[in-house]
Amino acid sequence: MTHSALSRVRPARFSRGAGSIGRFLIALLRSPQSAAGTVIVLFFLALALFGAQIAPYRANDQSNPPRHPPTAAPLERLRRVWDDPGRLFETETYRPGPYPFGTDTLGRDVFSRVILGTSSIFRVAGFGTLIAVVIGTFLGLFAGYQGGLVDEIITRVFDALLAMPALLLALVILGIIRNVETEPGSFQAALADNAVLLVIALVYVPIVARVVRSSTLEVKTRAFVQAAQIRGESWGYILFREIFPSVIPALVVEASLRFSYAIFLVASLGFLGVAARPPSPDWGLMVNENRGGYYQLAPWALEYPAAAIALLVIGVNLMSDGIRRAVQRSE
Amino acid sequence: MDHNTPILAVDDLTISYRVGRRWLRAVHDIHLRVQAGEIVGLVGESGSGKSTVATGVMRFLPPNGRIEPGSRIALLGDELAGRSRREMQRVWGARMAFVPQNPATALNPSLKVGEQIAEIVRHHQGLDRRAARAQAVAALRRVNLADAARLANRYPHELSGGMQQRVAIAMALSTSPQLLVLDEPTTSLDVTTEAVILDLIRTLIAEEGAGAIYVTHNLGVVAQLCNRVTVLYAGEIMEEAPVRALFERPLHPYTIGLIQSMPRLGQTKDRATLPTIPGLPPPLAEMPAGCVFEPRCPLAIPICRTKPPLDAPDGERRVRCHRWGEIARGEVTLQTSVEDGVEAPAGSRPGLLRVDGLTKHFPVRRSLKQILRGTRPRPVRAVDGVNLSIQRGKTLGLVGESGSGKTTLARVIIGLEERTAGTITLLGADVSGTVRDRARETLAQLQMVFQNPQDSLNPYLTVGQALSRPLIRLAGMSREQAAAEARRLLEAVNLSADYAHRYPGELSGGEKQRVAIARAFASNPALILCDEPVSSLDVSVQAAVLNLLARLQAERDTSYLFISHDLAVVGYLADYLAVMYLGELFEVGYAAELFHPPYHPYTEALISAIPQPDPDRPTTRVRLTDDIPSPRNIPTGCRFHTRCPRKIGAICETEAPPWRDGGDEHYIKCHIPLDELAALQRGVAVDDGA
Amino acid sequence: MSRFLARRLLFLIFTLFLTTVIVFLLTRVLPGDVARVLLGRDASPAAVEAKREELGLNDPLVVQYVNWAVDFVRGDWGQTFASPRQDIRAIVTERLVNSGRLAFLTLLIALPLAITLGVIAGLTEGKLSDSVISVLSLSVVSLPEFVTGLFLINTVALRWRDNPIADALGWFPASSAVRPDLSFREALPALWLPAIAATLVLMAYIVRLVRAGVIEELKKDYVRTAVLKGLPYRTVIVKHVLRNALIPTVTVIATSSGWLISGMVVIESVFSYPGLGRLLINTAINNRDLPLIQAIVAVTVVIILLANFTADLLYALLNPRIRLE
Ligand SMILES: Nc1ncnc2c1ncn2[C@@H]1O[C@H](COP(=O)(O)OP(=O)(O)OP(=O)(O)O)[C@@H](O)[C@H]1O
Ligand code: SF4
Ligand code: SF4
Ligand SMILES: [Mg+2]
Repeated sequence: MTHSALSRVRPARFSRGAGSIGRFLIALLRSPQSAAGTVIVLFFLALALFGAQIAPYRANDQSNPPRHPPTAAPLERLRRVWDDPGRLFETETYRPGPYPFGTDTLGRDVFSRVILGTSSIFRVAGFGTLIAVVIGTFLGLFAGYQGGLVDEIITRVFDALLAMPALLLALVILGIIRNVETEPGSFQAALADNAVLLVIALVYVPIVARVVRSSTLEVKTRAFVQAAQIRGESWGYILFREIFPSVIPALVVEASLRFSYAIFLVASLGFLGVAARPPSPDWGLMVNENRGGYYQLAPWALEYPAAAIALLVIGVNLMSDGIRRAVQRSE
Repeated sequence: MDHNTPILAVDDLTISYRVGRRWLRAVHDIHLRVQAGEIVGLVGESGSGKSTVATGVMRFLPPNGRIEPGSRIALLGDELAGRSRREMQRVWGARMAFVPQNPATALNPSLKVGEQIAEIVRHHQGLDRRAARAQAVAALRRVNLADAARLANRYPHELSGGMQQRVAIAMALSTSPQLLVLDEPTTSLDVTTEAVILDLIRTLIAEEGAGAIYVTHNLGVVAQLCNRVTVLYAGEIMEEAPVRALFERPLHPYTIGLIQSMPRLGQTKDRATLPTIPGLPPPLAEMPAGCVFEPRCPLAIPICRTKPPLDAPDGERRVRCHRWGEIARGEVTLQTSVEDGVEAPAGSRPGLLRVDGLTKHFPVRRSLKQILRGTRPRPVRAVDGVNLSIQRGKTLGLVGESGSGKTTLARVIIGLEERTAGTITLLGADVSGTVRDRARETLAQLQMVFQNPQDSLNPYLTVGQALSRPLIRLAGMSREQAAAEARRLLEAVNLSADYAHRYPGELSGGEKQRVAIARAFASNPALILCDEPVSSLDVSVQAAVLNLLARLQAERDTSYLFISHDLAVVGYLADYLAVMYLGELFEVGYAAELFHPPYHPYTEALISAIPQPDPDRPTTRVRLTDDIPSPRNIPTGCRFHTRCPRKIGAICETEAPPWRDGGDEHYIKCHIPLDELAALQRGVAVDDGA
Repeated sequence: MSRFLARRLLFLIFTLFLTTVIVFLLTRVLPGDVARVLLGRDASPAAVEAKREELGLNDPLVVQYVNWAVDFVRGDWGQTFASPRQDIRAIVTERLVNSGRLAFLTLLIALPLAITLGVIAGLTEGKLSDSVISVLSLSVVSLPEFVTGLFLINTVALRWRDNPIADALGWFPASSAVRPDLSFREALPALWLPAIAATLVLMAYIVRLVRAGVIEELKKDYVRTAVLKGLPYRTVIVKHVLRNALIPTVTVIATSSGWLISGMVVIESVFSYPGLGRLLINTAINNRDLPLIQAIVAVTVVIILLANFTADLLYALLNPRIRLE
């Protein structure tokens, strides 16, 4: 019966429901940082969807001159314009040329490969996160609402799993199953083909579940949940109608964070050589293939995919940071 | 220095907050005088600007706040308004001290309390460590903390709420400042603790000869503590007067409304409804241009569209109203009682709910050592063998301090909590188990209204959805029927039917609580458990909700179990009262009887702790100084013996006291015979509100 | 307190059990015959069978696990599958020492720097210094370690290769071949670059945690109390705010241990640094050397759990609220 003046009532300034998504978007786009992040992510998303139409060459087209330097090197062009300002007005200065990012030692067009690599990273990270969010939400809601022994077991097991860093777990799993031979077309083959995606889902389920669970624990003590209980509402109704909506803000924040880590993880796994197999145009793999001795010969073949990774990850991070703040503000 | 210089003189104080791109005026044209030894109360409803004034005076506004030019704040003649933060550091803590609302968060959790006091005296008085520590211990001793030297070495979380607040007061007084600013220092405490702290503040301020500003929303506290009162509304002073004059002859319609809307001890629903103030305070961005109270004022006339001046009816008072002269001369009056009271069904009614031997123990997790030794920890005995019954259409009030088990009792009855033992009988049928085991018919008969309106409604469902759900589930209506009935329910709780489309975020606290009440009534239950339904509402809103509850009960013949820590509120609504302490009932009787001796020593303490809006109430009172024991460690014999001011000896510690029959269904559980108890208590006058 | 310790210890054992079981199951249940992988496609069925028997792969799973676990606890970690069969414990310890040195140097640089920057950013929330620190750390935290690492190699190491001073000092070699018999000081030059790469990533992470902690703490009521006592700003910050804001950062050591370890797996691979992470990727995973993988995972989990345990302990010691309960 502590009645603090803090909890005393103020006429509300915000409503919930209908307009809240619009307000959320406005809050997200208001800050320049998160707006920039969102634009970057949308740009890459467009590449992922329409990359095949944009890319001038196919990913493994080796018919080009090997190690051709980039024809669109912006710094180089800037220097040329600096030396001769007249060039500012020549169309030649703005033409991307045949190999904007150059070609690698096998004569593959780096520009096309970077564009074509976008879709796989989005697919793997995106669906991996999605699966983790769906399963994690169910488990988290269930464990949090149910409490007792079920909750105890789920949380302990997840805590134990979380003791292992995600990268390490993914690395070990992928490393072990990498050489497994499967019948083409079989279920196992389908699993193996989507191994990275599934592993991402697997390592992030406990994290999502933990966030949802703690949110559920907090919501379930609120009076409106008790009001539903004393109406004799079913378990499913309480979980999904009464509790779940209040969990969404925390879930959105976590999902965006997970997505950004997933991209990071996919790139790292690609670099370590356990995700994609050559000759796929995977960014991490491209970086890996072109380091060492090749770097001296065609640095661009490494630099452009690395820059793409960096840009995308920064974009996703800025966006998810913005999402976090926007959710907090519209709370 | 001139002897007559007030400690604090505030003139023309205006403070704005930046919201988005605009600067909104939160308080405007504030004048305050605080003399030495004087406590000035600052009262008003939530959002009236009390805290803004208090923090403005301290020159410690939030980053988006600013004091407008032309404001003057003089501390013993020294102007503070223009000072830099660095200059203020010499004033803060040394000449001006602050006592916060919530001591639990206002003390640094990782510093010992002694050090938290000592650092002030070290800094401002230049004492060395030893001397500062000695002074800190002395300060703790002054606020009546036993064993101050040991206490100084404790961390805040090891102290109870009451002790923490004493530490905060000791801290504020340690340098003998000239001005003390107290922002609702007792709001988060129990009434019994509040009473002790108020006594302490009163004596200390008198001893120190300091001035004090006391911010509160509780008129009762003001009446008991303050010398002068300033009533704030929507950021403006409505009225300012010596405390007695204010309560005897309020001149402002708002003050009159506030005072009347507070239920007095002994006031009951059948005599009259509580007067209320309709409407809500205006938001900052939409302040009326004329009198800020005009939209809600029953006496408003056309001239009120212009701003009334702050008049001075006499040297002592100020009031901001165009019509104060007429009010003072008695030419206009506020209708005191808007309606007659509700017709309570007379006499005894058929029984509805019976609770026998109800017990709820919460098991405590075993530690490893206990598992190894095979012992079990003592459980938390939240409810321990309670018998009670409620008649149809009647209200049983349940009072007690926090931690006495009131809420647990309600939760067990409603079936949110498994019981340890005992039976519950509703309408002659046994009600078993929890909500999961109960039939739909039983669920429909029992409903509940919760304490915190913010929590009661799902923020993601509209009011209409919230109301339809129980209609569909429990009353078996179709969707369309339920939607129509939801609108009728909204009207029954005095809300317009189009609230059905709103989300809870668009409602004020009082409105939310009305919706929660409508939801409880939806299934047409026989019994509604109300767990502190008004304690988080402002007085004027509280009165309206109490009236509503009384009216609905009369209309629908519903019974209430009404839980509150506020005896005046319970007394207003209840027909029958039960007093609970540490899981047990100690007194039961008709509400009308319970406020006369003999009463149980615990009831006596509760009654005398209530701050009544009546400055003339005698100050000899019974006080409970200790904290309520843990329900894991219940005292032997009479559970109340560790705190009982009337304890008669060893028998209280060893033997459980018997129930004594006072006649007319009035029972008291005590070793003292009732006639002796009555004789003892007659010396202590307690007004009965007649 | 003893109860708290007992509970943590139980959890440590449980976690160790669970993670090793998972890895164990992964290595045994997945399709594909280890013996065949080891012997190659053309081996005769009899040879494969003999190999299976030799490796104990024909025993029931429970027996295999228990055998492994008991041996592991005893200190007998077995031999690598791949020939030449080596003593696992010897190689793992050797690599562990190398990784430990790198981690130590990283923490030595990262912790003080990151805490300082985090505190500065938190105290100046919304101001320029905060924005600069926050955006930079957000960007650096975004970059995968291999990007940062390659960037360092390409800018620092290759650039400085011809610098006589750096050369004379032996600093910044692009690939860091460290022999385990070198002392820490002798190994230091080779450690700088990978340590800087790891620092960047770890630091950004810690900066964000500390900043958030300080900001949260500044909002608390007791800070207002301290200011209204008239104490100087410095005292308010150092004595009141930082005391409370930094106590939780000891748990950062724990949370960052996982971060640091996964970061080092990548960084060791970028710099060809002979640590545990590189052993895992280059030897264990490439050869599908199950006992080796298992040992590395177990060791890593033990390290992480010990870090967590230490942090909990420190936290409990520093925080009066836990200490006395
Ligand atoms: N930092 C702030 N920014 C914007 N508006 C504010 C701020 N603080 C208070 N307000 C507004 O100023 C008005 C006065 O608030 P204040 O907190 O002083 O009232 P109060 O009487 O102390 O209320 P309560 O009883 O709830 O403590 C309210 O309308 C409130 O919403
Ligand atoms: S000025 Fe008018 S509206 Fe305002 S309080 Fe007085 S009578 Fe009411
Ligand atoms: S039995 Fe004794 S201790 Fe209990 S209330 Fe009566 S007098 Fe007080
Ligand atoms: Mg306030």
